[in-house]
Amino acid sequence: MKRVAIAAYGITPFSKDDKKIESILFESTKNLLENNPKIEKNEIDTVLVSTNNNSKYLSPILSESIGIQPKIAHSIENLCNSGTNSIVSAYSYIAAGLADIVLVSGAERYDSPGQILEWDNSRGEFKHPIFWASIFTSSYKRKFGISDEELAMVSVKNHSQAQNNPNAISKKTYSVEDVMNSKKITDDLKLLDCSQSCTGGASIILASENIIKKITDQPIWISGVGQKTISAGFTKNNSFNSMESTKIASQTALHMAHKEIHDIDVAEVHDAFSVCEPMALEAIGMANHGEGTKMVKELYETKNLMINPRGGLIGCGHPLGATGIAQTIEITQQLQSRARNRQVENPNTGLVHNMSAAATSSTILVLEK
Amino acid sequence: MSFESEMSKGSFVIPQCSTCQKWVWPPTDYCNACFGKISLKKGDFQGRVIEFSRQNDDYFCMVEIENSFRIMAKMSDKPKIDQIVKISKCGIEDGNYYFEIN
Repeated sequence: MKRVAIAAYGITPFSKDDKKIESILFESTKNLLENNPKIEKNEIDTVLVSTNNNSKYLSPILSESIGIQPKIAHSIENLCNSGTNSIVSAYSYIAAGLADIVLVSGAERYDSPGQILEWDNSRGEFKHPIFWASIFTSSYKRKFGISDEELAMVSVKNHSQAQNNPNAISKKTYSVEDVMNSKKITDDLKLLDCSQSCTGGASIILASENIIKKITDQPIWISGVGQKTISAGFTKNNSFNSMESTKIASQTALHMAHKEIHDIDVAEVHDAFSVCEPMALEAIGMANHGEGTKMVKELYETKNLMINPRGGLIGCGHPLGATGIAQTIEITQQLQSRARNRQVENPNTGLVHNMSAAATSSTILVLEK
Repeated sequence: MSFESEMSKGSFVIPQCSTCQKWVWPPTDYCNACFGKISLKKGDFQGRVIEFSRQNDDYFCMVEIENSFRIMAKMSDKPKIDQIVKISKCGIEDGNYYFEIN
């Protein structure tokens, strides 16, 4: 199996702009190609588009828009987890020898149809993500005796960290009191506990070992890949206060990379709602069960940016098909020491956690210098 | 008789595999274990509240039906964890199922 590395990336600001999906895809790809002149666009042999948008044939459209004729071109949709699923597909094409240079481009509009899984009728009339997030939050608080104020710290930390990210949608910092006083969505969820669906794009180039040195001096290797699907339906989660798919995917990815969790220097975790960050930290193994919020508080108080340095989904916004790619770009920038004023000190190994539909499925990537 | 035609009439039935007798949820035409054909079982089914939260005046609950599968249902009174409940109302509106319990 060929080794696979990340060679280049491009990203757009995350916003509430009303743009065509094709324009968003083009924008981050143009940004990528303009900032990486060593990449000859005609050498891109595969183009994968990650989105939940209902427009068709987007990968050939993107290919035509940038003037290339790749061997392989198609879209990938898997709700919020589409971005890293696309990266795993790109990885697989390269590792199998079917491609050498793959462009993965993710894009979403603020009104993405991927927010609601219409199929999941077991949720009754409660299909919007705020309802699974409320059940998670209620269950997590009950199981571990956690308060709303402790969970609010996730939002405080991630909005604060987003201020160092020029592409983030959040332009303000908030206190725990601000989060507690924000609009009540349910008994267990305030507005500032939620990430925002938004418009944004992110693109990345993956390349094989024999090509990579020609196109970048700082390749970031994908050394671990883990994925797990428990179900499609939210009600089939075994637990509502832990993320089983994340735990299994994490173990798989770390095993493949020959790493232990303490080797991870920086991580992006899928904080779609406040409660998701401590649950993810616990599932990945960075915190003991019920102690994720304690870790979040310590990170914030010591200004340690190692978890969600770009501001997470809560601070950056959540353009579904682009999120996993944007997370991967952040860890790539961190490992390349190019994260500017949000740089974690000398990281060698990073981790990306991206999930869908209340952690019914998860992807974990381990990245290394 | 199909699951959805029964739901539309406000009748909650449970799909059961005619071959292996497993209860199959969510409703499909074939068993997800053995691919046997499904029949619909009528009954006075019990549920247990596993978790809940509230939006405005209504509680929304995660309910485990007959110790087997789970649905999300609305409840007007404040639930308790492990409370035994029954489906008092169900149906389909705009393509979405809805369940009420008491």
